[in-house]
Amino acid sequence: MKKMKLVLIGNGMAGVRTLEELLKIAPDLYDITVFGAEPYPNYNRILLSPVLSGEQNVEQIILNDLEWYAKNGIKLHLNKTVVKIDRTAREVHAADGTIESYDRLLLATGSLPFILPVPGNDLPGVIAYRDIRDTNEMIAAAEHHTHAVVIGGGLLGLEAANGLRVRGMQVTVVHLASWLMDRQLDLIAANLLQKSLEARGIDFRLGTHTEALLPNADGSRVGTIRFKDGQKIPADLVVMAAGIRPNTTLAEAARIHCSRGIIVNDTMQTFDPLVYAVGECVNHRGSVYGLVAPLFEQAKVCANHLAEFGIARYSGSVTSTKLKVTGIDLFSAGNFMGGEGCEEITLSDPLAGVYKKLVVKDDKLVGACIYGDTADGTWYFKLLREEKNIASIRDVLIFGESNIGDVGHEGHNKAAAMLDSDEVCGCNGVNKGAITRAIQGQGLFTLEDVRKCTKASASCGSCTGLVEQILMNCLGTSYSETPKKKAICACTDASHEDIRIAIRENKYLTQAAVRAGLNWRTPSGCASCRPALNYYLISTWPHEAQDDPQSRFINERAHANIQKDGTYSVIPRMWGGLTNVSELRRIADVAEKYNVPTVKVTGGQRIDLLGIKKEDLPAVWQDLGMPSGHAYGKSIRTVKTCVGAEHCRFGTQLSMNMGVELEHMLFGMYAPHKVKLAVSGCPRNCAEAGIKDVGVIGVDSGWEIYIAGNGGIKTEVAEFLCKLKTDDEVKEYSGAFIQLYREEGWYLERTVHYVQRVGMDYVKQRVLVDHAGRHALYERLLYALKDAPDPWKDFERAGVDLKQFEAITLATT
Amino acid sequence: MPNHEWKLVARKTEIPVLGARVVSGAHAGPIAIFRTLDDAIFAVLDHCPHKGGPLSQGIVHGQSVTCPMHAWTIGLEDGCAQAPDQGCARSFNVKCVDDDIYLQQAQLVES
Repeated sequence: MKKMKLVLIGNGMAGVRTLEELLKIAPDLYDITVFGAEPYPNYNRILLSPVLSGEQNVEQIILNDLEWYAKNGIKLHLNKTVVKIDRTAREVHAADGTIESYDRLLLATGSLPFILPVPGNDLPGVIAYRDIRDTNEMIAAAEHHTHAVVIGGGLLGLEAANGLRVRGMQVTVVHLASWLMDRQLDLIAANLLQKSLEARGIDFRLGTHTEALLPNADGSRVGTIRFKDGQKIPADLVVMAAGIRPNTTLAEAARIHCSRGIIVNDTMQTFDPLVYAVGECVNHRGSVYGLVAPLFEQAKVCANHLAEFGIARYSGSVTSTKLKVTGIDLFSAGNFMGGEGCEEITLSDPLAGVYKKLVVKDDKLVGACIYGDTADGTWYFKLLREEKNIASIRDVLIFGESNIGDVGHEGHNKAAAMLDSDEVCGCNGVNKGAITRAIQGQGLFTLEDVRKCTKASASCGSCTGLVEQILMNCLGTSYSETPKKKAICACTDASHEDIRIAIRENKYLTQAAVRAGLNWRTPSGCASCRPALNYYLISTWPHEAQDDPQSRFINERAHANIQKDGTYSVIPRMWGGLTNVSELRRIADVAEKYNVPTVKVTGGQRIDLLGIKKEDLPAVWQDLGMPSGHAYGKSIRTVKTCVGAEHCRFGTQLSMNMGVELEHMLFGMYAPHKVKLAVSGCPRNCAEAGIKDVGVIGVDSGWEIYIAGNGGIKTEVAEFLCKLKTDDEVKEYSGAFIQLYREEGWYLERTVHYVQRVGMDYVKQRVLVDHAGRHALYERLLYALKDAPDPWKDFERAGVDLKQFEAITLATT
Repeated sequence: MPNHEWKLVARKTEIPVLGARVVSGAHAGPIAIFRTLDDAIFAVLDHCPHKGGPLSQGIVHGQSVTCPMHAWTIGLEDGCAQAPDQGCARSFNVKCVDDDIYLQQAQLVES
């Protein structure tokens, strides 16, 4: 079949990103031709500022080199400006006479700088700040001239001013409005910004109209700028950064409907169904976007429709701003000016140079404007985009809650303050410099990109917040997919929630049924979705859905914990941390018989035998004669106890007994993630119940129940749920909470994250207020765990494949 | 020349679908034999190019396996890591006749 022809006009970031997305999903659908007016392949326009300030060079900001175009069979016309679109003949004409015909046309013509209509605006030395040529001209001017004037005190103007100042010029910024960055900042933040830029030697003239640009003495280039008030200052270089407007010249000439941009619908289609448009040239639902994040979202949607999938929709973006001037930290997003029905929360410490303003409406964060301490910018932006209800955290909102783990990155929580040599990711040993270099050198835009290329934040995720900050500092905006519904993996568009609902409502009992019902793109899923699907099936339909061991991680398949050398660790269960002479003797015998190199007491009050060969596992289990400790699973782990009233002179309750009962109740329970409990016999809390998924603390009059604590990456203190009288109540209430988590938690989500997602009020409603509901949850837990097999003993019922423990050995080779 | 011969190493029915078994004792090292959903058989050295993890213990999906150690995804056909990770585990020629799986004698002795 003959391929269709796709022509892209505009070789910039939005257009080429669309091609990349298209090639990913439909590599063979089109013969692709690209027109670019500049002589360069696609480069990262965001990074022109670091090029201007000398932190990077042009080669480093190329995103797709010529080889990429060749490899993907893309015909590239560089340095050719398209002058006409003939929609009747479906042809595109370039200035040099090149003609290409199309079946689909993609317009990504970007924007044009707004050039002030003043006399002298065409003199040499008067430029805009849009592309590599402008940047090179500024760099050249800085070498030979002294006085620079930047017209426009917005994002672009200030970055230009800073770059020129760094290159040694005397820089004056002329701005029409009465404060800087009036589209992104309020007066207070703008004043702080102005002060710190003045400290760098940049002059400002605010509320100032430019009247004319006058030539220098020999008339060779601009020499002076004159303002409306008659004042003049020298200007060897004038940079117009007073705004941009969508470049619609070509589209308008071709009679494609435009109005402040090329009008597109939610599929990025223009009024001509064969013509699509993306990027800064586009007006979508009345908004024109100039930041990279929305453009990339548009690119993804457009590619979906060009590929004839026809299912994606673009519904607009919320954007945030960050100035890319090294050493200056400011962030703004949403409606930061407030207005009717809005309330403002502010924190201002002028001496420390810190200012924060949050705008709240109807219990939701709708805007933020921060100067000086933007570590929480990404967190605020997330709250804003996801329209989270912030009522319960309103009193502490202004102090931020950096979503950063407590350990693994030397205690840093502000990326901007870190040195290049400081370690960001303690798991994979990645320092800040390596991440910055990768973002800039390899053209990364998303957290996923950084994880793939540098491994930072790819293991435990504790440094994710720092990496997001670094991305934001480098790119000036944080790019993340519209997060309301995130696909579980690349195999599908369905989210965790979609999958859980579909399994429940359609009574899917097999993974094949789920994959067929939710249009999986892969026949056997991947290592991310398979374990999740398996858990969702067996937790939703216990005793009905079939467990699939091949969809479980090796630890749950071999019922032992794989170690770095390929041997396994074996941890037998000791109910409530209690053991006896006979068990200890058998453990000692096993350690001796199998030459176990390491025997260790675990944090969960039991004994770990490390370095066991896989072939030996069944024999070890048999010799131990103890139940599986499930120390390897997304499952109930341990119930840690203190000795309690039985021995302890302070004990008020029989904590050991309570712990043993809870552990028996939960035996064999799989969950979205591991589940740990603890029972203490008095408020001294020796069992550390405050950092467990469920913590039970004995007091004289009964038991206090705490939930959703965590002692891992980020220490999270468990929250008080309720106070109970009897042991049976403790079992019912804690069981009901755990079952709620089992039914609604997303795979690999710990209880703390589950409760943060749904809210403590919701959990209280389900477990405390709704008595019948609590009882039903508890009953469902008991039903699911009825006759739970011991995988170390009851191989057949537990579905353990014993063949895996037999080695196949070649006789002779 | 016996080295051109194929050597019977395992039976298909001994390997779970979307799973693997390890053949040890070859001079080349431990060899993981994989079985995919569509019943194709592949043989790759049981040693992840990243840090030597046992690929045979990973989750098999499509024509790939994800290493249990640090989740590198390795193509079963050529033994190579999926981008941006780089490196390859040695892959072996496989012949299947009915239920029988054969590897090449010459490849087994080569280290």
